[in-house]
This record gives sequence, structure tokens and C-alpha cells, in this order.
Amino acid sequence: MGASRSAKLALYAYGIVVIAFLYLPLVSVGFASISRARYLTFPIKKYATKWYSSAFASETVMELLAVSLRIALIVAAISMVVGFFGALAFARYNWKHRSLFQKVILLPIFFPQAVLGLSLLIWFNALGIIPDWKTAVVAHLVWIAPIATLIIAIRAYSFDPALEEAARDMGASTWQILREVTLPLLMPGIVSAGLFAFLLSWGNFPLSLFTTGADSTLPEWLYAKVVSGYTPLVPTVGVLSVAGSLMLIAIAFAIFHAVKFASAKSA
Amino acid sequence: MERADKRFGFLCSLPILVVLALGFLAPLAVVALYSTMPERVFGLAHFPTFEAFRTLVEQDYYKSLLWSLGMAFVATCALFLLCWPLAYAMAKVFRSFTLAITVLVVMSLFVSENIRLFGWSLTLMKGGLLEGHARAWFGIGFDGLLYNVPVIVFGLVYVYLPFMLFPLAQGIAMIPDDARQAATDLGASRWQVLIEIDLPLAAPGIAVGSLLSFVLAAGALAESKLLGGQAVIVIADEIETAFTYSQNWPLGSALSVVLIAIIGCLVTYGLARVNLDAIIGRNR
Repeated sequence: MGASRSAKLALYAYGIVVIAFLYLPLVSVGFASISRARYLTFPIKKYATKWYSSAFASETVMELLAVSLRIALIVAAISMVVGFFGALAFARYNWKHRSLFQKVILLPIFFPQAVLGLSLLIWFNALGIIPDWKTAVVAHLVWIAPIATLIIAIRAYSFDPALEEAARDMGASTWQILREVTLPLLMPGIVSAGLFAFLLSWGNFPLSLFTTGADSTLPEWLYAKVVSGYTPLVPTVGVLSVAGSLMLIAIAFAIFHAVKFASAKSA
Repeated sequence: MERADKRFGFLCSLPILVVLALGFLAPLAVVALYSTMPERVFGLAHFPTFEAFRTLVEQDYYKSLLWSLGMAFVATCALFLLCWPLAYAMAKVFRSFTLAITVLVVMSLFVSENIRLFGWSLTLMKGGLLEGHARAWFGIGFDGLLYNVPVIVFGLVYVYLPFMLFPLAQGIAMIPDDARQAATDLGASRWQVLIEIDLPLAAPGIAVGSLLSFVLAAGALAESKLLGGQAVIVIADEIETAFTYSQNWPLGSALSVVLIAIIGCLVTYGLARVNLDAIIGRNR
């Protein structure tokens, strides 16, 4: 409202500049991954895909992929369950300490992750637990479960409590209401929370750095190699990690559209 | 109904509260305990001293803390100025373009921050994307742009942009168009509308966005390591060193406690003034 044509154009241009700014470093990584030279300088003279074949042949890289995938899948699954109930407490039910609860949930998000990772390391040590990928799952959950809760809560706000009451009036038990009314209504939120949880865990670095022990995730390995012992595989593995996220997003969109199409057809 | 609501609300809050008790509260309590232990011990069964806090002041560790807080402050101010026009446009001007921007910004978040920062070091280094091409195409070579304080702040601005942008856009969406229209009709200048209508009404979004960016930037580690080449040692770096190389857990804990105390005060003060139902649920 009120914005003139030229002002609007300037704002669109600004939006495009910001997006370009966000993605420019990934362009550099992409180019670096297909440079043939062992010591990278721009402009790139010869291109080659040999670093990709060596990445796929490398057992270390495959092990890193497996660890990252395992952590992300478990974190996503637990976040969906915990976030579902958390969102009901956050947005649906009017209970005594709701407003306090809403703020407590936010605390881990408003917290520097590197410090959280180190605190968890000390805590696991005090408990006598030797860190490995399972402790990283716990670390990721502390940060990701609250985010999943918020995502599902957004959906839960638009929830009409009358639907639950109608089910109750018709004699449904609490368990039936939860399973047959609440859960399906919140399902889109739960699925996107799971997707977010997976992707955030897959890309997380500051928490993994201190909590995976002898195991290592993709972002951790990249960091270690950048800080000391650079290899030309670094940009390649970086691109593979990004490609992994993109693939998941593409699959999610495809399923989403398939479901929409199917339900539109049946209706 | 009312009574059932109360019971279910409490029951539903339990799973996540258990996760946070075991994975957030307990670790912080242990760190707080360690910070009172004598230096270089690895158990908690010692008589508490506050040596670590004294070392922290005497050996200039507070300088790292000041650097971190200072850089986080500058980054937050820069982020506010950079994000305001875009957030405003996303909330009030763009239509379908808002969705496109939201999707693209969120997707960038899914790429590990150290891959993106590594990309910046490839872009900004000598012989990198910018300098290499500038030299090859225009014959203007220059030194790399890395390893200084401004580039660390740049990295913070880059990494935490989404954390300012989205809360800000959400806050601006809460400004009723009528209020701006009325102010304009009554003869308010653009500047007056901004100061007296936009800023106060978008305050919850501004508060959440600024708090998030400041807090995360103050405890950031990767930016100074990957871009700054440790031109300055940030507080998270000192904490890491104390816990790992120098094996001085009480010192690392004391440093954490100071940082956590500052962040804790800011966040509690800020969040106490924000109505989350209004920001997240919009209409309730």
C-alpha cells in the first residue's frame, strides 16, 4: 500500500540481491568441486569430475554419510512425536503454566549452539557416558525438538476445538479423539516439522562438533579438513551434502503434490 | 472441558520438558557447578573455590567476551538495517514473491553454516572467485579480503540474516494498514509514520529478531575460525580451548557461566515482554 511503482521495483530488486548474497558462496563451492587442479585458484582453467568419483569411492565419505543420515532420521522421528504433544500444550490447551511453557521451549533456540554442545559434553562426561553418534542425537534434539514444536504449533493455532468437542459428544474416548481427529488435522504440520528436523540435523555443525565423540558427521569432517589438512574433496563433499538436502526437499514436494492430487481426485 | 484442558495441557508438555530437563537444564547445572571447582580438576567432589572466575578477570579473558559482544552488537544493528526494507516488503508489498523469498531463505538454512562460510572464504580469498576474476578479466588484483575483524562481522551478518528477517517480517505483518493510513491522512510524514507507527507496532518482531541474532552471534565460533583466521579470539573459542587443549574445565565453565548469564538476562527480559500467541498464532 502506498508504495510507488519505482519503490516497488527497487524492493523486488533488493529481494533478488539478498537471495543472490545468500547463495553466492555456494556457487564458489560448486565451481571449486569441479576444478581439476589440486590447488584451487579462480578463474578455473580445467574442469574435471574426478573428485566426485573419488568421493564416491572413499569409504570415509560413505561412513560420514551413513552417520549423518542415521542421526538425522532418528532426530526427525523423535522430534515429530515430541513436537506433536508439545504443540498441543503450546497452542491448543489452555492450562495454567502455558505462557511460561511457551517461553521455556524457546530457551534452547535462544542459546549459542557451540556453548550448548560443550555443556552437553561435560554433562555426558559427568554421567560417565562416552560420546558417540547417539549422544549427538540427544544434543540435536535439545535444539530441534523445540523448533518442531513451534512449526506444529503454527498449525495447532488454526485448529477448531469444536471438532474435538463434537467427537467427544458422540462418545469418542480421549485416545480415539487424539488418533482420529487431532492427529490427522495436525498431520501437515507434523510432516513439515519432520522435514525441518531432518534437514537441520543433517546440516548441523556446532552441536555435532562436541557431541559425536569418535564418530563424525559430514559438516564436522568438512570443518576439520578446512581448518587443517585441506583436500580437494572438501568442496565435493560440501556439494554432496547440499545435494542430499535438495533431494529430500524434492521428494517431499513430490509426495506432497501426489497426496494433494489424490485427495482432490477422490473428493 | 476447562478441567480436561488443564490436565491435557500439562500431560502434553511433559515429553519435551523431559528432553529439555535432561539435555538443557542438567548440562547447564553441571557447568555452573564446575565453574566453582578449583582449577584443572575433572571431578565435582572438591570444595568450591571461585579461582576460575579470578583467572578469568586477571588473565584478560574478558577481552574475548567484549569482542564477541561488540561484534554481535554491530552485526545485529547491521542486520536490522539490512532486513527492515526486505521484511517490510515481504509483509506489505510483495505477494507471491514473499513465498519465493521465504522458501529460498529457509533452504539456505539447511546448508551447514560451515559449508557456506567455506564458500565465502573461496569467494573472498586471494585467487578466489572475486579477486581471481577481477585480476584475470580487468587486471585489478588485490589482497584477499579474509582474516580481519570486519570479515568476521560480515560472516555473522550472513549466517544470522534469516534469524532477523523472519521475526521482523512477522512483526511488521502485525501493523494494521489502517493505522498507517490514518496517520498519513492526518498529515504525518513518512518519517513520522516510521517512528511513531511502524517501529512501536512491530516492536515484538524487532525484539525477537534482535535478541535471536545477538545471542547466536555472541556465541558464534565458526565465523571467526573460518573467515577471521583468528584475527581476534572470540569467547566461544576461549571456552572450546579451555575444555579441549588446555584441559581446564573449571575455567571453561566459568567463561560459559558468564556468557550464559548475560544471554539469560537479555532473553528473559526480552521474552517477558513479548506475547508469543500474537506472533506465532497471529489471530487468536
